[in-house]
Amino acid sequence: MIQLLLQLALLFAGLSMLAFGGGAGVIPDIQRAVVDHYHWMTAHEFLDTFAISRAMPGPGSLIVVLIGQKAAGLPGAAVSFLAMFAPSCLIVYIVARIWHRAGRSPWRAVVERALAPVAVGLTFASGLALMRGTESGWLPYTVTIASTAAFAFTEINPIALLGAGAAALLLGGG
Amino acid sequence: MTPLCSQPRTGLNGPMGKQESSQPSLASLFMGFLRIGMSSFGGGLTAWVRREVVQRQGWLDDQQFLSGYALSQLVPGATNVNLAVFIGAQLRGPPGAAIAVAGLTALPLVLVLIAGAVYFNTSGMPGGRWLSTALGGMGSVAIGLSLGTGIRLARRNIRRLGPLCITAVVALSIGVFGLPLGYVLLVMMPLSLLLAWLTRPR
Repeated sequence: MIQLLLQLALLFAGLSMLAFGGGAGVIPDIQRAVVDHYHWMTAHEFLDTFAISRAMPGPGSLIVVLIGQKAAGLPGAAVSFLAMFAPSCLIVYIVARIWHRAGRSPWRAVVERALAPVAVGLTFASGLALMRGTESGWLPYTVTIASTAAFAFTEINPIALLGAGAAALLLGGG
Repeated sequence: MTPLCSQPRTGLNGPMGKQESSQPSLASLFMGFLRIGMSSFGGGLTAWVRREVVQRQGWLDDQQFLSGYALSQLVPGATNVNLAVFIGAQLRGPPGAAIAVAGLTALPLVLVLIAGAVYFNTSGMPGGRWLSTALGGMGSVAIGLSLGTGIRLARRNIRRLGPLCITAVVALSIGVFGLPLGYVLLVMMPLSLLLAWLTRPR
C-alpha cells in the first residue's frame, strides 16, 4: 500500500511540474503510465474516467483523484490530489510574489500591458478549441452563439443559461 | 512570512482610474471561490473567476485579472487553480492562496469522489444517455461563456490595432488551427512585449 501511494505521488508530482498549458497536455502521459505501465485501469475505464472528470465542475486535472481512488481508495485519492496540485501551486506562488514585489516598476507595467492581449486571445482560443472538439450540429451551435451574445451584452445569470442549454438539448433530441 | 498584501498596495490604480481594490476576509475569499467551483459545470471556469472576482466583488480590476490569467497559463499546472493561487496570494498572502485553492476545489472534489465511487462500483453511470445529453447542452453554454467573456474583455482592454492583432493571432492559431499553446506563446509573448515596450507611455 505504501509503495502504491509512493508511486502515485511520484508520478503526479513529476507531471504537475510539466503540465504547461493548463494540464490537458499531460493527459496522454497519464494514460500511458496508468494503463500501460502500472495497469491501474483498463483503457476503457480511463476514457470513462476522463469523461467523468470533464463533466464535473472544477479543473479537468481532477482526473488524478479518480485514478488514485481506483488504485488505492481514499488515501490514493488524497495523495494524488496533493501530488498533482502542490508543486505547481508553489511555483505560481513564487511567481506571484515576484510579481507583487515588482510593485510600480516600469518593467511590470510593460509586462502587464503585453500580457493583456495574449490573455484575451487565450480566452477566445479556449472557447474555439472546445467548439472544434465537441460534436457539431445546428442545435449545439445555436445554443453556443445565443449564450455568447447573452454573456457578452447582458447581465443574465449564467446558471439559468446553463439550465436552459441542458433543457434545449434534452427537448431538441440532441 | 508576511502576507503579500501587508505593504501599501501600489500600482493598483490602473490606467482606467480604478479605486483601490478592497481586501476581503479569508472567509469571504473562501466563499467566493466556493461559488466559482460550484458554478463551473461544463468548463468555462475562467469566465466564472472573472465574474466573481472582478465583476461581483471588485477584488481586482481587469488589468490585474488579465495579468494573473496570462501568468497562470505561462507556469505549469491547471490554469484556474494557478489563478486561484495568484489571486489569493495577491489579496491575503500564503493563507489566502491556500484558502482560494481549497474553496475552488472543495465541491468538485467531493462530487468527483462520489461519481468515482458510483462508477467503480456499478461499472457504468445510471441514466447515462440523458445525463450526457444534458451535459452536452451545458457544455455548449459553457463555450459561449468563454467566448462572451472574451468579447467583454476585448471591448474593455484592447483599444489599439497592434494588441488586437496579437489577440487575433493567439485566438486563431490555438483555437482554430490547433497549434500547441507552448509554441504560440514562445512567439507571441516576445512580440507582445516588444510592442508594449515600443509603445510605452513616456
